[in-house]
Amino acid sequence: MDGSTFRTRLRAVREPRGFTPLLAVAACVPAVVAVAAMGSDILRDTRFFGSNPIKHGEHFLGDWTLRFLLLTLAVTPVRQLTGWNWLAKHRRTLGLFAFAYVMLHWLTYALLDVQLDWGDLTKDLAKRPYIMIGMAGLVCMMPLALTSTKGMIRRLGGARWNRLHRLAYVVPVLGTIHFWMSVKKDVTEPLLYALGFAVLFAWRLARRSRRAAAAPA
Amino acid sequence: MLIRRADDLRSSDTTPESLYLNRRDFLAAAGLLGAGLVAGFAPRDAGAMQEPQAVGKPFGLQPDDKPTPWKDVTGYNNFYEFGTGKEDPAEYAKGFVPRPWTVQVDGLVAKSGQYQLEDFLKPSAVEDRIYRHRCVEAWSMVIPWRGIPLADVLKRAQPSSQAKFVEFTTLYDPKRMPGQRSGVLPWPYVEGLRLDEAMHPLTLLATGVYGRDLPNQNGAPLRLVVPWKYGFKGIKSIVRIRLVDKQPRNTWNEANPQEYGFYSNVNPEVDHPRWSQAKERRIGEFLRRPTLMFNGYKDQVASLYAGMDLRKNF
Repeated sequence: MDGSTFRTRLRAVREPRGFTPLLAVAACVPAVVAVAAMGSDILRDTRFFGSNPIKHGEHFLGDWTLRFLLLTLAVTPVRQLTGWNWLAKHRRTLGLFAFAYVMLHWLTYALLDVQLDWGDLTKDLAKRPYIMIGMAGLVCMMPLALTSTKGMIRRLGGARWNRLHRLAYVVPVLGTIHFWMSVKKDVTEPLLYALGFAVLFAWRLARRSRRAAAAPA
Repeated sequence: MLIRRADDLRSSDTTPESLYLNRRDFLAAAGLLGAGLVAGFAPRDAGAMQEPQAVGKPFGLQPDDKPTPWKDVTGYNNFYEFGTGKEDPAEYAKGFVPRPWTVQVDGLVAKSGQYQLEDFLKPSAVEDRIYRHRCVEAWSMVIPWRGIPLADVLKRAQPSSQAKFVEFTTLYDPKRMPGQRSGVLPWPYVEGLRLDEAMHPLTLLATGVYGRDLPNQNGAPLRLVVPWKYGFKGIKSIVRIRLVDKQPRNTWNEANPQEYGFYSNVNPEVDHPRWSQAKERRIGEFLRRPTLMFNGYKDQVASLYAGMDLRKNF
């Protein structure tokens, strides 16, 4: 390894200045856009989110949930590929943002779309598989969000916490199936998410089997 | 690792031009971001200059039904021949030239023929009619159509006594209709009506909206309008009308028979498998409205389906 690569590597080990606040602000942008655009379209008769702003906003927030799930699961592979170990601590932030977006997605559905029609909400949940699956994904994210604090990790103990947080691999599967089943015919977008998650899962499996093979018998 | 592929991004990920152009007011309007943000914005009626007047005789409108703005009627469309997004047709049908256009009328008729569109329309008096429109996706509009009764055309063709159904076909031309290059639906789009439905005085062959020729995204130059049925029955850019003795295929039924039937009458009591049809969102309104049986045309059309199980024949 020549000197320059070595220096780059060393520099990469440390988090760039301002990254943490930048990430927090950037992650809020889609939420601000969604709330502002829907608010303006509904109250002021604009069309930032097109002719059907509530549906558009619902889909927009669902999309961002899946994107944050992708980002969360990408942290570890990116860290392993680049050696940017400082990324690790942002995995929790990204996961919590995924949770925030799924809640906004659900609130848009329940408050603005279905408008708290109790019959519709319960019928959707009881009768419509894609709603059940989406809801299951949301419910799976709740314990993860609740146990994301240092105190909870300590209280649960590392092993138990790790086992619980394997749910993080179930959530994207449920989310992608939910999206896939909700589209009328054109499955291009859910397919892209499926591929994204598949790559991230495959990376982990490949690494695990490589490590198992390398381990002394 | 996550480097998102370019094709993972959708056009909706980029800032829409209108959003960009109105960004200052957008932020101010949102009341979420700080000072120094001023400018004009584009409310729904800002385009009043281009906004054409809704003309025509109202049919079956409820007291609070107002015509949906031109911008929404021509900017929020399902027309998969030009893309699957709601804003795609307005974008990708821009270069479509619906002339010259021939319409073929054939099958079980005494007088079949191929007509230039102008000759096809000439014998009939064009009418302006304001109808309610209900999409199967639970949104709705009120649309001032221009067109001729389908019955006119059929009577001229003189259906034989064996003719029981009418089959309609959309233009198949992937060069001009980019959506047809994908396999998202079986092409060309086909639809059908029972002969009595087709002969019903409400059934329209539309040539325009808002007193103007049909914009491409609305199905230029000729489309079907059946106001008591879900919007997808209103086949667009029609090139062929054929009288047949058996129930014709219809595209959405072929694509997904559990979810879309042949009749597709608007019915608040029969849910779509993935959502309730009891309510609808009128484009431009916040609160949902109850969906009406046969989309509000019950008095005119219910007799067509007397004794039929509408749950089975959805």
